[in-house]
Amino acid sequence: MNKLVVSSSPHIRTDSTTRRIMLDVLIALLPTAVAGTVIFGIKALWVMLVCVGFSVLSEFLFNLITKHTQTVGDLSAAVTGLILALNLRADAPLWQCAVGAVFAIIVVKCLFGGLGCNFANPAVTGRIFIMICFATTVGGGMMPTVVDLASSATPLEIMKGDTVNGLPSLPDMMLGLRGGAIGEVCAIAILLGFAYLVYRGVIHFETPLIFIGTVFVLSLIISSDLTLSLYHVFSGGLLFGAVFMATDYVTTPITRSGKMIFAFGCGLITVLIRFFGTYPEGVSFSILLMNILSPYIEKWTAKKPLGGKK
Amino acid sequence: MPRFMLGTTRVPHRKNTAGIQAVRIPAPATVTLPMSQHIGAPAEPTVKVGDAVYVGTKVGEAQGFVSSPVYSSVSGKVKKIEPYLSSNGRSCHAVVIESDGQMTPDPSIAPPVITTLDEFICAVRESGVVGLGGAGFPTAVKLEAEKKGIIKKIIINGAECEPYITSDTLTMTVDSAYVKKGVETLMSFISADETVIGIESNKPRCIDEMRRVFEGNGKVRVEALPSTYPQGAEKILIYNTTGRVVSEGGLPSDVGCLVMNVTTVAFIAKYLETGMPLVEKCITVDGSAIKNPMNVIAPIGTSIEEIIQFTGGYRADPAKVLYGGPMMGVAVYSTDYPIMKNTNAIVALSEKEAKPKEQHNCIHCGRCVSACPIGLNPTLFARAMKVGDSSERADRLTEAKIGLCIECGCCSFVCPSARPLVETNRLAKADLRNQQAKK
Ligand code: SF4
Ligand code: SF4
Repeated sequence: MNKLVVSSSPHIRTDSTTRRIMLDVLIALLPTAVAGTVIFGIKALWVMLVCVGFSVLSEFLFNLITKHTQTVGDLSAAVTGLILALNLRADAPLWQCAVGAVFAIIVVKCLFGGLGCNFANPAVTGRIFIMICFATTVGGGMMPTVVDLASSATPLEIMKGDTVNGLPSLPDMMLGLRGGAIGEVCAIAILLGFAYLVYRGVIHFETPLIFIGTVFVLSLIISSDLTLSLYHVFSGGLLFGAVFMATDYVTTPITRSGKMIFAFGCGLITVLIRFFGTYPEGVSFSILLMNILSPYIEKWTAKKPLGGKK
Repeated sequence: MPRFMLGTTRVPHRKNTAGIQAVRIPAPATVTLPMSQHIGAPAEPTVKVGDAVYVGTKVGEAQGFVSSPVYSSVSGKVKKIEPYLSSNGRSCHAVVIESDGQMTPDPSIAPPVITTLDEFICAVRESGVVGLGGAGFPTAVKLEAEKKGIIKKIIINGAECEPYITSDTLTMTVDSAYVKKGVETLMSFISADETVIGIESNKPRCIDEMRRVFEGNGKVRVEALPSTYPQGAEKILIYNTTGRVVSEGGLPSDVGCLVMNVTTVAFIAKYLETGMPLVEKCITVDGSAIKNPMNVIAPIGTSIEEIIQFTGGYRADPAKVLYGGPMMGVAVYSTDYPIMKNTNAIVALSEKEAKPKEQHNCIHCGRCVSACPIGLNPTLFARAMKVGDSSERADRLTEAKIGLCIECGCCSFVCPSARPLVETNRLAKADLRNQQAKK
């Protein structure tokens, strides 16, 4: 008989794998990616290809050069690339997209030790990096190519004057017929992805719900205008950020109650920035700020173990 | 009683052998009887090479308070007494007996006469019984707590939460009369208010049968537990049946509970009737490498290989063979190892299942945190173990409550990145022990 394997218990494990989870996220992003391409045209596809390509390539080369185990197979680099792309305008210069992707992967992820070791969300940080370096790529948004819209401003920029005049209709907002980044405009596609992620058990439904709910309720309290509050929910990167970026495992608290506090904090900061800050959009900043607070929230929300003495 | 129940991990049940009668295997040619088949001090051999022994002849005497005697499981001659290294690395002696194939019982065997609690505990001690659910803790030692009059609740563990294993299921269905007798005997010596029998709800037949035999006994409650792992873990079982919490470093008796495996209880009843000590075990033989999964009754000390061959051998090359179930069982180096008192299953896994899952970095998904029935955060232990400074490491491990980990395996089971969490926890515990010993 051949030699028996001797190893520590348990001797069986679930079928769920990290690669499968990442694949599920990619699948959940698919409707949004398709909608973005339909709405903004082939240019959007190029942005996605460049971001994903450079993300995967830079992680591959980093591992090769530093002689680390190759990790591109876990698909997390592809996820980061795609989320980053969906955060950019379809007419973003491709070289800027590439720079953002390399920054997200190398500086934010690999230099901290790779998957699971980064404290900030690479895609969020990549987006903010591009926004600061090349103001045009993120701020504002390219107009959909499938319809003619009069204004070139995004809804949030219009709303900065606390008015809903000149905004696309709410149904148009749901479909994504408005200015904005590739992935953030089509609410229906994002919600489809949300449903898939919850169905697959990849994320808990609370995080996006609390994030979005907080923004809605606080907007309502501040403006006492139901329509305006609804516009706040559907505009900017709120839906996309709440579903795909505030639910990132690595950079959010590990406890379920911690995740809820995290989501609430994101909503609060988003509203503060939108109503009182100088930037029209607050989702990325709020997520980044909460990423930094995440370890502390995790500590506060640690469960009391059964039989644990103080 | 609606209460929030702990233990939520869904492991596969694979109870293929449930409802199949156990088959007794013929006398093996030899049996190997390790002197340490329990938690505590190993027994000391009381026989010499060449001595004639019978089924039930004492071959090892208990040493000290936490220990247990060992009896011959066949009739024949003592062939040798050799050093023995158990599969978990402990060394002791083993008595090897060559069987004459007759299985003649020791003529001196007679039912014990018991009237007092002391006599009862003494009889339990002499029966050689230990926790048959797998723990292997000498049962008599647990009963000692009753001398101080602190036991208020007797909890009978019929959860059988490990995949594959059905030997307790058999006890509860086929030997239900003995379970009843055992519980009644316990209740007569122990002044407990109540006995709770905890059974996972995936065994409705066991629940029905237990409810039937205890019908009309107001002091016995059969509690259906969720069929999620690890219902049978002592602390979880106590919480889920009584709401009581055993605190860190404490014993069930601290909260007035006595936990006994259902097969242990049935065995005690049989012993009191016949006087035959613990010499054979009902064992579930299953796993993806086993051709005919079944339950067998085999003399203690029979080799794993012999038992597997009796059931019809392998379906596929075994790559990993376990004492016990796949969640907490111990992998053996060779199938020459004997089955022991606390062995309740032999699980042989094929190449495909034994192959380690691909490891990734921890992705901080929180599945292990949600899965831990105790409410620990296993990622903290893994992180603490990376700290170089030994005293800081110790502080971090203590703060994260490593001492509470029951090594149930839930965290490792659910981890999508296949992190070796339980393994790390074992290393961490050993690390902490070493450092405390140095001080
Ligand atoms: S092995 Fe320990 S840490 Fe892991 S789930 Fe069980 S009790 Fe929790
Ligand atoms: S389950 Fe595994 S990957 Fe997830 S947090 Fe725990 S150790 Fe990390």
